[in-house]
Amino acid sequence: MASEVKFEKVDFYYGAFKAIDSLQLTILARKVSAFIGPSGCGKSTVLRMVNRTNELVAERTRLEGRVLIADENIYDGVDLFSLRKKVGMVFQRPNPFPKTVYENIAWAPRIHGVKRTDELDEIVEKSLKRAALWDQVKNKLKSSALSLSGGQQQRLCIARSIAVNPEVLLMDEPTSALDPRATARIEDLVEELKADYTIVIVTHSMQQAARISDSTAFFLSEGAGRPGRLIEFGETERVFTNPSSRLTEKYITGRFG
Amino acid sequence: MAVVGIILIFTFVISAGLPLFFKVGPYRFLFGMEWRPTGGQFGILPLILGTLLVVAGALVVGGSAGVVTAIFLSELCPQVLKRTFKVVVELLAGIPSVVYGFFGIIVLIPFIRSQVGGSGYGILSASIILGIMILPTVTAIAEDAVSSVPIDYKLAGLSLGATDWQTIRQVILPAATGGIATALVLGIGRAIGETMAVLMVIGNAPQIPDSLVKPVSALTSTIALDMAYASGDHRTALFAIAIVLLLIITLLLISIRLLHARLGSAE
Amino acid sequence: MTRARVFDLSAKAVAWAVAISTMVFLILIIGYVVIRGVPSIASVGLEFFTTAPRGIKMQGGVYPMIVSSIYLTVLSLVIAFPIGLGAAIYLAEYAGRGRFVELIRFSADLLSGVPSIVFGLFGLAFFVYFLKMGYSVLAGALTVFLMVLPTLVRTSEQAIKAVPRSYREASLALGASKWQTIRRVVLPSAAPGILTGVILAMGRAFGETAAVLFTAGSVPQTPASPLDGGRTLTVHLFYLATQGQIEDSFRVAAVLLFVVLGFNLTAGWMMARFRRRFG
Repeated sequence: MASEVKFEKVDFYYGAFKAIDSLQLTILARKVSAFIGPSGCGKSTVLRMVNRTNELVAERTRLEGRVLIADENIYDGVDLFSLRKKVGMVFQRPNPFPKTVYENIAWAPRIHGVKRTDELDEIVEKSLKRAALWDQVKNKLKSSALSLSGGQQQRLCIARSIAVNPEVLLMDEPTSALDPRATARIEDLVEELKADYTIVIVTHSMQQAARISDSTAFFLSEGAGRPGRLIEFGETERVFTNPSSRLTEKYITGRFG
Repeated sequence: MAVVGIILIFTFVISAGLPLFFKVGPYRFLFGMEWRPTGGQFGILPLILGTLLVVAGALVVGGSAGVVTAIFLSELCPQVLKRTFKVVVELLAGIPSVVYGFFGIIVLIPFIRSQVGGSGYGILSASIILGIMILPTVTAIAEDAVSSVPIDYKLAGLSLGATDWQTIRQVILPAATGGIATALVLGIGRAIGETMAVLMVIGNAPQIPDSLVKPVSALTSTIALDMAYASGDHRTALFAIAIVLLLIITLLLISIRLLHARLGSAE
Repeated sequence: MTRARVFDLSAKAVAWAVAISTMVFLILIIGYVVIRGVPSIASVGLEFFTTAPRGIKMQGGVYPMIVSSIYLTVLSLVIAFPIGLGAAIYLAEYAGRGRFVELIRFSADLLSGVPSIVFGLFGLAFFVYFLKMGYSVLAGALTVFLMVLPTLVRTSEQAIKAVPRSYREASLALGASKWQTIRRVVLPSAAPGILTGVILAMGRAFGETAAVLFTAGSVPQTPASPLDGGRTLTVHLFYLATQGQIEDSFRVAAVLLFVVLGFNLTAGWMMARFRRRFG
């Protein structure tokens, strides 16, 4: 079950620093949305608002406004653990646990209460298949996840996220540490996964955004110490061919950032 | 220089102590039940037991508290408090052992005497004081180990909806096992070698104890206590005890090295 | 609430409780000694620092002990500093990863693990008897020198290694020799870090008991030369405390705490500054 994610007049602060200014944005279910913009524009902060992990990396964060997943405000008394179960996340660098391939996938279902081995086996197989990794690792389930290649590790991390049936899948520059071939496989995988999930991907590569996303959001900050703003959001094709903002055009044609 | 120093120490201590091994025989020395050097009885089993019991007690008190404090400092503690806490831990490591011993005499001994019984001097008091003394070592090294686990693991665990404790217990700690083990082994090393504080609270009675509040003797404290008046075989025996201490420390150090080598090749 | 949640909260509560009580306990030790010791010193007045102890129970001033402690600390560091720094320069700048270097590192680790009483025994056998120094400040200082050497080498080596490569490269590119570079570029930049190590070592030397008890001796006199024996503050505290002279003990313990913690705080503060400079 994929859900819509809605930001309603969101301001976000790290301590006294305002990182995001009045964000208004609706991310559609079963679509891939790309966040683009130069470094420091706040795109990753916006991404991490969705599973509330900003508050894990910094103290004294504050959010004004509302962020809704399936019409439920996740900043109003929501249970963080079920929220994070509902929103999967894939990171810049592949970060499988230093455990076996099997344990990497089975870990989260187990802490969420799945106890029976046959059930866990099934989840592991299904998740790895869904991440197009099963054929390569089915004979290595008991080896360390760290023995896999970088691209395989990243697909393992995707499999790990989808093992708990999330509604939204966040990806923070998931291919920035990978070579072009591994990148292509991840991109193919994203295309396939969007049938079931709402996918948000932060990327530095405009080509990547153009290749795999349905909609694109362009963020920009006017300089260090200034908050990031959403400049433009729309269908990817339209944003790239006919941007409505001069700033977007300048960024896309490579004139800054 | 370090090499020269260590060679000098080993040769001198060993050459001064070895004759006793031959005279008494290694078995009767290490496993002899009676330490009565003025009466010609050189069995150090009571001393070894005393050291082992006290060190085990210190590990229970200081080792566990140290590891928990390390986890707290690196994973749970708010930034504001963290610096203060770390300074306090560092300061604690610097307090001279006689001061700990003195604290034991004026606070701990009377407390144990009134609350638990006995004279107050003994295994329990020595364990607690030693535990406090190894706590900073264990905390500092274990904290390094826990905080050097990449934050990516923690984020991954928490973004899967795990609780902090589940993430710490099942992801972070397993990744830091090697460092935590090192911390504990170094703590053990420090506890075995500690002399003055132990001497001041252990009661100094070379006997095999039947309760935790009985006074005993440790290897180190016996050397410090007897050296003032020992002569002849008694004196040689003290050097022989020092050989045993050196052997234990060397073995501990080698075990840390092996631990690291194994963990290094596993990665 | 699920079981996992309950478990999480209770585990965190336990961790908080353990950490807080640890801290409270530690502060209690320091606080107790200071609260009892300082007023006691104040009631005796400055004489406490300037006169010798009186009578068989050694009550009163601690002037000879202060002199002995300072003498011993300074002497051991005077010996340790050049040797430790030399070893650190060698390890950081010249040594590769050969067998010999491994041996040095292993020895240094071993040396730092040797119980202080074993150092004391060794000092007694080697310096006091074999080299015929007798119970003397010199024998004590040499023993303590061996004890603090590993710490000194390690901190200095780290400080030297923390100097950025670019500094060295800039100097070498200007045609300076390797030794000139070390002397004029690397060492000055590493100086605060090295000094931190020295201060830490001084704290350790000042607070040491077991190793000096049988090398510097326990005669409560003011040593006039390195070959005289003396009684350090630590040894003095040991005797006072075990003889049950609680009030006198508090005074000595407070002085010890102030000096040693002063050294450590200074070292910590300098280390923080040094780290900030070199990230």
